[in-house]
Amino acid sequence: MSEQALSSFGTDRARKRLRRRRAADRRFKWYGRAAIGFALAALALLLASIFSQALSAATYHVVSFRIDAGRVVAAENTSGALKEVYDQVRADLFEAFPDASGTPAGRQEVSALVTRLAALPIAERLRASPARRGMEQVSLPLSDDVDLYLKGAAARQVTINFGPVAAEPTEDGQGVRLSGAGAFARLIAAASLEHANVTDVSFLVTGGRSTVRLTRLSADEAEGSLIAGTASEFGNRALCARIILAPQSERTVSDRQIAWALALKADGRVRRVPHWSLLTHTDSTQPELAGALAAIVGSFLTLLVTASLAIPVGILASIYLEEFAPKNRLTSLIEVNINNLAAVPSIVFGLLGAAVFLGVMGLPRSAPIVGGLVLALLILPVVIIASRAALKAVPDSIRQGALAVGASRMQTVFHHVLPLAAPGMLTGAILGMARALGETAPLLLIGMVAFVADVPRGPGDEASALPVLIYSWATQAERAWEPMTGAVILILLAFLIAMNVAVVYLRHKFERRW
Amino acid sequence: MDGSAAGNEVVVTPEPAGTLALGDAPRMDCRNVNVFYSGKQAIFDVSLPIPDRSVTALIGPSGCGKSTFLRCLNRMNDTIEGCRVEGEIIMDGKDINSPVIDPVLLRSRVGMVFQKPNPFPKTIYENIAYGPRIHGLAQGREDLDEIVEKCLKRAGLWEEVKDRLTVPGTSLSGGQQQRLCIARAIAVRPEVILMDEPCSALDPIATARIEELIDDLRKRYCIVIVTHSMQQAARVSQRAAFFHLGKLVEMGDTDQIFTSPRDRRTEDYITGRFG
Amino acid sequence: MFSQLGHLPMDFLLIVAAVILASLGFIAGRLKAETFAFAGEERTHSRPNSHGYYVLMWALVPAVTILLAYVAFAEPLSKAWLRRELPAGFSVLSRGELASYLDAVARAAHIKGLVTGEHVFDTVTTRYDEILGTVNLATLGLVAVLSGVSLAWARARLGPRFRARVHVESGLEWFLFLCAALAIATTVGIVASLVFESMRFFAVVPATDFLFGTEWNAQTNAAFGALPLFFGTFMISFFAMLVAAPVGLYAAIYLSEYAGAKVRAVVKPILEVLAGIPTVVYGFFALLVIAPAVRAGALWLNTSLVEWGLAHGPVFAAQPTSALAAGLVMGIMVIPFVSSLSDDVISAVPQSLRDGAYAVGATKSEAVRQIVLPAALPGIIAALLLAVSRAIGETMIVVMAAGHRARISPDPTSDLTTITVQIVALLTGESEFDSPKTLSAFALGLVLFLVTLVFNLVALGVVRRFREKYE
Repeated sequence: MSEQALSSFGTDRARKRLRRRRAADRRFKWYGRAAIGFALAALALLLASIFSQALSAATYHVVSFRIDAGRVVAAENTSGALKEVYDQVRADLFEAFPDASGTPAGRQEVSALVTRLAALPIAERLRASPARRGMEQVSLPLSDDVDLYLKGAAARQVTINFGPVAAEPTEDGQGVRLSGAGAFARLIAAASLEHANVTDVSFLVTGGRSTVRLTRLSADEAEGSLIAGTASEFGNRALCARIILAPQSERTVSDRQIAWALALKADGRVRRVPHWSLLTHTDSTQPELAGALAAIVGSFLTLLVTASLAIPVGILASIYLEEFAPKNRLTSLIEVNINNLAAVPSIVFGLLGAAVFLGVMGLPRSAPIVGGLVLALLILPVVIIASRAALKAVPDSIRQGALAVGASRMQTVFHHVLPLAAPGMLTGAILGMARALGETAPLLLIGMVAFVADVPRGPGDEASALPVLIYSWATQAERAWEPMTGAVILILLAFLIAMNVAVVYLRHKFERRW
Repeated sequence: MDGSAAGNEVVVTPEPAGTLALGDAPRMDCRNVNVFYSGKQAIFDVSLPIPDRSVTALIGPSGCGKSTFLRCLNRMNDTIEGCRVEGEIIMDGKDINSPVIDPVLLRSRVGMVFQKPNPFPKTIYENIAYGPRIHGLAQGREDLDEIVEKCLKRAGLWEEVKDRLTVPGTSLSGGQQQRLCIARAIAVRPEVILMDEPCSALDPIATARIEELIDDLRKRYCIVIVTHSMQQAARVSQRAAFFHLGKLVEMGDTDQIFTSPRDRRTEDYITGRFG
Repeated sequence: MFSQLGHLPMDFLLIVAAVILASLGFIAGRLKAETFAFAGEERTHSRPNSHGYYVLMWALVPAVTILLAYVAFAEPLSKAWLRRELPAGFSVLSRGELASYLDAVARAAHIKGLVTGEHVFDTVTTRYDEILGTVNLATLGLVAVLSGVSLAWARARLGPRFRARVHVESGLEWFLFLCAALAIATTVGIVASLVFESMRFFAVVPATDFLFGTEWNAQTNAAFGALPLFFGTFMISFFAMLVAAPVGLYAAIYLSEYAGAKVRAVVKPILEVLAGIPTVVYGFFALLVIAPAVRAGALWLNTSLVEWGLAHGPVFAAQPTSALAAGLVMGIMVIPFVSSLSDDVISAVPQSLRDGAYAVGATKSEAVRQIVLPAALPGIIAALLLAVSRAIGETMIVVMAAGHRARISPDPTSDLTTITVQIVALLTGESEFDSPKTLSAFALGLVLFLVTLVFNLVALGVVRRFREKYE
């Protein structure tokens, strides 16, 4: 090191080097920002996708019908009443769409607008009040596919309002010819933008209650076959064209069903209403009828079992380990063991439950009692670790003060230390319960994934749980389950948020600095 | 004088110990320095010239702000959230607090040794080589070896560790660790070395060795030392500044401060009436 | 008569009996204590309530022990008894068939007055009810006698010099110890059940075939080579760590070294939210958003590669569910596990080391990368190990988004299956663990448990040593 080299400080070389180092410094900082940005963006994307699904499921479409209540009440049993209601609903629909009702296939297509089971709540309600006679106005949910279409989620489509144009029936009486100078230019422009033409995808033009599917389209003239209503309805009124950018064969809802639903809507018989049945119904095979009530009750019962076991045992165990345990091999073994248990995969607890609670003890399958026991063992380490931290935070001066006035160790702990540690223990317990509420895998192994149609009345009944319901709905093939799943996730998250808010509140209220 | 010229200004010629060039321009000149910690003022209007090639001791009761003041001299206070420094600290004609001065460059010229020895959890060799490496002071491996050896020799540690340069720096004794930290500080060729109570964590024998070392280093560097020990200040320093409640009460030659203090508080402190 | 007793609500009765015995014990103890406590002759050691608690304790111990034993053993015991009485004709049934037959009997017996009309079954059910009734009656009698004796014995011990409080407290301490030991019992239960059922499995399928076989077809009891499952688990965990390790680590560095107090106060809890979201929600997210996106990307790459002349046909499998999709989502889930522990260990590195680096003129990033991170390395490795262990054991995301096909394929867009997926697939809807198919799930569980155990123990040990070093 020559003394002359000292001059390299502040020289151009040092400054150049420093510029490079500063650039590296800034880059490093940006990596950190990018990492946090990535994590936050992932969370935002997750929440946004679930919210958008749930939002779509928050409302659904119902159709109103007029039902002769007297004939329903007269039915022998519930299934008779169900048949009566559904028969009347179908008759009503056949009457509204007579063209399609001539063939068995057409009748089936019309009937698919409303599923049979959708009539069950009406049938039960009417039978419950036999005094009812005469015509009743009732609302039934539209089938999931049609509902999804009306919400704009079934297929991508382009909607163009145009008209009025001249309309005349075609020679065979099955179709309509619409004409007007340049009237269809916008429609053609929109279609070419989407690379769509009338032979591949459906071009539906609706006027009032009637809809025509186009077979030929030019700038001045369009021709197509009627799929609902009459040709006379198209003349001299505003029309609406829909280009549905998926061929019929790739959709679960047909052009005719779309036309009928639009006709019912034009009649004012289809309304979009809040989807309360999501909270008041139990699980169903039909998405529009399914609800989470049984799962909510099941989760509640499971957590009840979990809480009544894990919280007292966890707190007492933490008291032993923190206040009484001698420092020996056994207690250090327990300690390592608890820390390790907290990191054991949850599915292993499911295996334990399946082998011991179901296999050895013969407890009932699919029951909240077993689910609760398994989850209690699962969150026990969480509760113990949190409770120990709370006990550790109580300063020794409290213990020494109590011992100095002649209290026994047990009295010291239960009279003085425990009350001070209680808020911390409580927050740990709530966090443990929140973990138990979201846990799915162990419940699958003890059979809580079974389809449960009845609300469980006790911890010994068959039941499902919210996360398991999410799992079984999410893995269904039909598209309509997606928004429903999103909605149930939102219910689950609402419970979790409530629990965490409680924790934050408790921490804030009882925060103590020693 | 601008920064690039400043380097050439430094001509290191060993001077006989004890001669004080007090008439020369000070190496660092602090003018009206105020320091605030998240709004609370810790240093009040301190003006203190620091002469080159001598040891300046900052003394005073604990909590008087001497360490805070010391940390201003190489902008270590930048790393503390909510800390604000006002006033001018002139080095080579430039205010070191001005935004155009990069603290990294400043700290390579103003090194620091801390209260508790804090060797990096690396080998002894790497501890010394770290600074030269990040500043690009060594051309190659031999160059670096040379720097390490030279610095260890200057810190009086070479004989003790030359055979075990690859053991972790943390495995040395406390006094050795502190000398390693001093070697680490001089490896980046600073002009000023700040020492924040460098002996407070050491036993008397280790302290004596460090004090010897400080006296030796004074020939090449401008040294500012914070100490709570009157005796140490008297032993190692030529200049002394007495701080009290964040204010500079009195400064002058160490002999003068200790034998005929001008201020009553200084006298009370050095005679042990408070502190 | 016994068959009627078979329908007793025993859990309820036993709890009521315990409560009654406890109250009786307390009253008996306290009344006796009052006689000598207020006689004033001699100063008593303990207060009357302590004597009451002492007798209560001794009345409860037998009652609760019997209650627990009843819950655990009453049904297996009754079934064993019934099996011995079954006529020889039943020997044609295999063990599994017999077990499910007895299960059906037990279920039927719980429903009072159930008559299926099938003579043999009804007869067996009635007999089972009788046996259960006998067991119930014996249990109740045992509770009454044992608890009564115990209560009387405890009461007899009371006296002015009797140190009731000390005894109650040591009894309580034992109870606290038992609560703490439940954690040990859980581990023992896990290990015992996994090992026991795995042994039964390895009696049928050699362990080497299981560990090193490349063919897995457990649903049909055909092939049990678990290597494809290990491979799938490894691949998906690898993808997860590819996301979580850099993101979690850089996030931790930024939060602990760069971010101001305000940013930290906002961002840290938000990152924790990622850890609080149930994994089934991540599974739905993977199914709904990420898997289709991965598929679309793979399809685009397939056509693009051909267009660019880099390939002659589709390169990627581009399946609807894929290892990459599951891995990515799992990576997002694991981020907070990496970031939060790394943040802790980085913050635990003493400030003096940073000061030392700054004092020789290091920039902030140099201080972090060259001084702080090497010092925190053991803790960071531990955080990564815990995250890997979490990824290996994660179930719902892979069940929903990884697929069920067991194969070894390096293509990230093909569907792979994992250990946890197969455990769920093999055990869902099964109640009898008698076929190699269901038993293999326990063998997989054992592998999973052991692997995560090693990861956890190493990580926890490293963290503990790290803490000791800097605290």
